[in-house]
Amino acid sequence: MREWELRNTRDGYGDALLELGEKDPRIVVMDADLAKSTQTERFKLRFPERFVDCGVAEQNLMATAAGLAATGKIVFASTFAMFATGRAYDQVRNTIAYSDLEVKICASHGGITVGEDGSSHQALEDIALMRAIPGMKVVVPADYYEVREAVKAVAYLEGPAYVRLGRPKVPVIFDAGYRFRFGKALLLRPGRDVTILACGFMVHKALEAAEELAAEGIEAEVFDLHTVKPLDREGILESVSRTGRVVTCEEHTVMGGMGSAVAELLSQEMPTPMRMVGIKDRFGTSGSVEELVEHYGLSSRHIAEAARELCSAT
Amino acid sequence: MEETERDELRAKLEGISRELRKDIVRMIGLAGSGHPGGSLSCVEILVCLYLYKMRHRPREPHWPLRDRFVLSKGHAAPALYAVLAHCGYFDREELWTLRRLGSILQGHPDRLRTPGVEISTGSLGQGLSAACGMALGLRMDGLPCRVYALIGDGESQEGGIWEAAMLAGHHRLDNLVAVMDNNGMQIDGPCCEVVDLGDLAAKWRAFGWEVLEVDGHDVLQVCDALDAADGRDAPVMIIAHTVKGKGVSFMENNVDFHGKAPTPEETERALRELEESG
Repeated sequence: MREWELRNTRDGYGDALLELGEKDPRIVVMDADLAKSTQTERFKLRFPERFVDCGVAEQNLMATAAGLAATGKIVFASTFAMFATGRAYDQVRNTIAYSDLEVKICASHGGITVGEDGSSHQALEDIALMRAIPGMKVVVPADYYEVREAVKAVAYLEGPAYVRLGRPKVPVIFDAGYRFRFGKALLLRPGRDVTILACGFMVHKALEAAEELAAEGIEAEVFDLHTVKPLDREGILESVSRTGRVVTCEEHTVMGGMGSAVAELLSQEMPTPMRMVGIKDRFGTSGSVEELVEHYGLSSRHIAEAARELCSAT
Repeated sequence: MEETERDELRAKLEGISRELRKDIVRMIGLAGSGHPGGSLSCVEILVCLYLYKMRHRPREPHWPLRDRFVLSKGHAAPALYAVLAHCGYFDREELWTLRRLGSILQGHPDRLRTPGVEISTGSLGQGLSAACGMALGLRMDGLPCRVYALIGDGESQEGGIWEAAMLAGHHRLDNLVAVMDNNGMQIDGPCCEVVDLGDLAAKWRAFGWEVLEVDGHDVLQVCDALDAADGRDAPVMIIAHTVKGKGVSFMENNVDFHGKAPTPEETERALRELEESG
């Protein structure tokens, strides 16, 4: 198995905010008593006059962010994904998105890899919730560099956006020269037998699975599908038209997430044999990251198995 | 202000309020649905804000130095639309399209469709937070603009109202004024019977706000309170005691008209009453 350098993706968020704040006085950052965790604290220390902590009040965080944006600010609102999208769903939908305001919700601690804190803090439905809101863009970056560049790009996309960040240190896939292209699936490894689409934490797992498959003679084409909405229709259809098989990988419920988005596309445009690696209609639970990845069927072995199954069946 | 000037101001604002009440009844009657009770209870508050207190330019809705208004109790949209049309934000004829497909006047305020609407509202308990955000943003920019928010008493059962109250108190948002349309009724009955709000003035004071109380249908009291809210070093809550359905005898204090439109006959009767009252 490949040896990865590990790095916290939230560092990428903190770095991007500082860079944005330096260049653009319209950037305002908000948090709900998690500034140390989400890394908005670094912005707070540098630009205290442009930072608002709402305390433990996520609904107020989102609706206040909308009001700030209505005065011409570009607002980054951060808390854990569970609370940003679950607790404050109504505020995000009705006050931010329906008003089409420049609020960028950058939520950390998305997915099962929150780990030991357990189910109450493991957002497994956040992508589904945000994706269903008209006009909401959804980005799930994979590593430090992708987070950093995605956050800078999202600042200047029109309207609201949701960026999902994770808790654990994850493998560094890209480098300092990485250029983020919003809405474009990023090809990481070409292959002819099966298309593997992954986002966030699952991208390195997909790459590991592809190596495992290659050893058996199965050539997987791996994409980092960092932009879940809007989906890169052309990129996905082009790859799938060649491979004829697709596996989606997400650290999220398979109901309504990235895999569902891909299924919505393919079922109508190009029906294709498909497997979805993700969490199967279950709540999370406490455990270490590696234990949970195994427990919920999110390991590279699970991805490889799904691909193998497709290749032998079709 | 001289007594005669005050008399003239009173006559002017009362006259406009009466006209706007007719517009509200007519537009909800035509729409066949809507919220007459809570729209009629806040007419004077809106008239005093838009025609006395606020700096705004109807021909230039995005004028950067305008004062902001947020209708947190978004179901009173007909009252807001009536005053916006009166000010000239859009043609008065639009009022008769309320709630129809394609109308610029949605069932609840929509900032993308209606000139003069600062932020979309309707889901209760969120507008005061948005107003806090505006007050923070304007303060960051060093602008002298003020932010006014109208909330309902029933709406104040939402936890979000108190989250916003805490934030505004903490930041001493002296450019924020909230007015409570305290009509005492909500859909399921009198607020005190549904879930009693208790001592509202004491609650707001405890959250760090300065509190003024007025008769919400006495235009001079409302204007005076809006003036008195200037230059404080804290956010100000004006509790306006009002009557739900004010101005139409069979709607007053009648919870049935919280969210029910008058029939064509009731509309005619209401308009006749309002006509005769002037």
